Parts: sequence; structure tokens; C-alpha cells
Amino acid sequence: MSRARSLKLAGIGTLAGLFSGVFGVGGGSVIVPLLILWIGYDERAAGGTSLLAMIPIAAVGALAQAAYGNIHFADALLVGLPALVGVTCGTSLQQRVPARGVSMLFAALLVALAIELVVQ
Amino acid sequence: MIEVATIGVLAGLVSGLLGVGGGILFVPGLVFVIGLSQVDAEATSLLAIVPVVMLGAWQQHRYGNVRVRDGVLIGLLAVVGSVAGVAVANIVDGRTLRLAFAGVTLVVAAQLVRGAVSSSRPDPAEPESP
Repeated sequence: MSRARSLKLAGIGTLAGLFSGVFGVGGGSVIVPLLILWIGYDERAAGGTSLLAMIPIAAVGALAQAAYGNIHFADALLVGLPALVGVTCGTSLQQRVPARGVSMLFAALLVALAIELVVQ
Repeated sequence: MIEVATIGVLAGLVSGLLGVGGGILFVPGLVFVIGLSQVDAEATSLLAIVPVVMLGAWQQHRYGNVRVRDGVLIGLLAVVGSVAGVAVANIVDGRTLRLAFAGVTLVVAAQLVRGAVSSSRPDPAEPESP
């Protein structure tokens, strides 16, 4: 792995973590576009690798939040279990739609995120 | 109940399709449908994200779309970064942070669209070394 590439990956990780810590999210909305734009990942590899990277981020974040007593466990199940069905359909669908379509959808997601940040 | 389940399915769909955690739908769902506070919704969303990204990552791995070493490096550094992020969130005004991030997010969205419509792409990433 080249030094420049390692530095970019480290930068992506740090930025995703900052974003996650500040806003309490998983960080995927930072990881995916930066893997595509900075390192030249294709959309599918960016999405797959981002999902792996988010496991420790979300797990540590959830542990910290649990220590503060902020987690509603039953509600987490209520949204999380149906999401397992959704993620299975989503990854399968991702293999079938054109990669550039995924980029366009991601751009739409970012616009929605920007709106959510402003109105929150 | 059906509303919440629908939001969950949609969040999972977005997660698998785009490689995000689904918090962008979990959080508003928990706030507006269930009535949690913003802080509790973000906390609860983080927990809900864990199994979703685990299952999604495993499925993507089977499709051959996960670069394990890169993902582990990003994930571990992000854990460090998130501690710094929590500190920043306590120092800087929340409204300012949100507006700044919203601006950055729109710039990134524009770059993704530009990349998707232009025919040229940066060189493919280095393959993982054996």
C-alpha cells in the first residue's frame, strides 16, 4: 500500500469518526464518497468496505451511549430487525443497478442529509 | 408499529444499497414516530445500526465488494476520531457545526454527480495485496 494511499485512508477514517462523534451517526455518508472521490473506488466496493468500517464505529458509539443510559433497547429492535430484511434486499439490489446510478442516489442522500442538518 | 417497521425496512434498503448505516432514516423515525429526544434517537439508532452493518458487510463480502484491510483501517481510526468528535461537539456551537457540515455535504454531492456523469474516472484502486 503506498504511503499517499494510506494517508488518504487514515484521513477518511478520522473524518468519518469526527462526523460520527459530532452527530451520532455511523459515518458511512463520509466514507463512501471519499473512497470514490479520493481513492478511486467503484461504488460497490465503496459501499461494501464502508459497511465493514462502520461495525467498530457503531459498536463503540453504542457502548458509550449505553453507558450514558441514552439507548431505548426495545425501540432499537423495533427499527433494527426490519432493517435486516431491508439491508439484504439493498445489497442484492446494489449488484444489479448501474454503479453510476448508485453515485447519483448517494448524491440525493447527501442533499437529504444537508437538509436534515439544517432543519434539525 | 407498521410505520416504524416500514422506516426500518427502508433504512436497511438504503444501508445495503449505498453503504451507509441507515441513521439518516432511523433518527427521524425514532424522533417523529416514536417520540424520542434527538439525543436518545441518535443513541438508539447507533445500536440498531450495529447488526445492520454486520449483516450488510458479510453479504457484500460474499459479493466480493469488501476490501478488508482498508475497511479495518478506516473503522479503527474512526473510533479514535469519534472521541475527538464528541469533544468538538461539546466545545463548538451545534448550529454552526450543522451548517458547516451541510455545506460540505452539498459540495461532495455535487462532486459525486460530476464524477458520475463524466466519462473519465480516477484510476481504479490498488488491489489488495495477497
